Amino acid sequence: MEQLGYYPGCTLETTGREFDMTTRITCQQLGIELVEIPDWNCCGASSAHELNNYLAISLAARNLAIAEQKLALDVVIPCAACFNRLKVAQKALLNKAYSEFVFEGRTKVYDLLRFLAQPRYKKRLKHQVGKSLKGLKAVAYYGCLLTRPPEVTDHPHPENPTEMDEILKILGVDCLFWSYKTDCCGASLTVGRVDVVHQLVKKLYDHALEVGAECIVTACPLCHANLDLRQKEINEKFNKNYYLPIFYFTELMVLAMDINDTEVWARGHLVDPIPLLKEKGLC
Amino acid sequence: MFTADFLKEVNQHSGEKVQLCFQCFKCSLGCPVSFAMDYLPHQLLRMVQMGLKDRVLHSHTIWVCAACETCTTRCPNHIDIARVIDTLRQMAIKQGKPAEKPIVAFHKAFLNSVRRHGKLNEWELMAEYKLRSTRFLDDLWLIPEMWKRKKLFLRIRGVHKKSEIKKIFKKAKAWNN
Ligand code: SF4
Ligand code: SF4
Repeated sequence: MEQLGYYPGCTLETTGREFDMTTRITCQQLGIELVEIPDWNCCGASSAHELNNYLAISLAARNLAIAEQKLALDVVIPCAACFNRLKVAQKALLNKAYSEFVFEGRTKVYDLLRFLAQPRYKKRLKHQVGKSLKGLKAVAYYGCLLTRPPEVTDHPHPENPTEMDEILKILGVDCLFWSYKTDCCGASLTVGRVDVVHQLVKKLYDHALEVGAECIVTACPLCHANLDLRQKEINEKFNKNYYLPIFYFTELMVLAMDINDTEVWARGHLVDPIPLLKEKGLC
Repeated sequence: MFTADFLKEVNQHSGEKVQLCFQCFKCSLGCPVSFAMDYLPHQLLRMVQMGLKDRVLHSHTIWVCAACETCTTRCPNHIDIARVIDTLRQMAIKQGKPAEKPIVAFHKAFLNSVRRHGKLNEWELMAEYKLRSTRFLDDLWLIPEMWKRKKLFLRIRGVHKKSEIKKIFKKAKAWNN
């Protein structure tokens, strides 16, 4: 087993519990032992950078310093917002700003999706797939902060990432092409201006349906929350009847690995994915 | 009203060069929330160039911007527009009259919860947000739904070394930028 530092972030302990659970199972199956950063704190997510530059860097920087000193491991982060914040902090620390946090740059920061899309894990994944998800029509949705801005994320294709599509194809998913994979869902506005979020998310539903998708696959707990929790409101507000289950890519990995936890993680969704999975003969 | 040093001030705080914007509209064309803005991103930058401080800092645009970084990624002059908007938000708060009070209330409630525990507590965030914004009925239906799905805990999570978090917040106040 190789070891890897793990930064769950606050949402993976609450709204994103299914993401945490299926991330841990997936990594274990692929031969990765996740070691949680000891005594980690909230990175400030979408709020700190809007109000205070110092908070925005230092809240994230404390976690990086602990990871390097106490764990001496690279760090993987499932939440796109946390990933973005820790990458911004990493770059600030490497520029020798914020000397109160000791960090030399040995610890690398990865987002979970891109980490698992490396060739060696894709190879292992192929061997792990016990149940093909053939026939499940999905679109891969990346959202904004996993890839943008490239100066922060080091993503080579910020406008057209393909990692999730590649992983889903290995699982057998019928992964459809659409043009909205990196359009924003409005996560930071979900409390203060939910009307804006409704518009943005509805647009995503419409375009997913237009290409024939039956579900949307995400890689971020904030995207998932917006797309899953708000579907009922959007149906009421726009007098629609959307039924689009929203999956985390790790949930589909666990499903394809034929691990019988479907009921457990599916229970966390507001849009129940079980009817769709039953229809496809997948559970 | 024209404020002579506004452009300089924004450049200094953001570390960007707003005068480089040549009004190609690329930022605005890709902006997903332009429909909810009073000024489009390229207009906002032009207004900064022109020193229209009051109008910029009272705009809704700086708050409804979702910080999605699309504009920053695409600007041909490599202006980090999202960062400029962060700077404008901070200046607007200092001035004390942000146009979108509930959004500011949310961010303040969020950070206050982190200041207390080192991690976010969702109950506390919701309670403080409701008090600050006086939007008591927002998202009430979600609470039982999330409770049922074990997505809310009564237990307060926190870090052990609270003193380190306190120190960060204390210093942040001193910087107050
Ligand atoms: S993309 Fe850049 S140069 Fe073009 S209008 Fe926007 S800020 Fe100005
Ligand atoms: S960061 Fe803000 S201004 Fe820029 S594209 Fe996104 S929402 Fe629009």
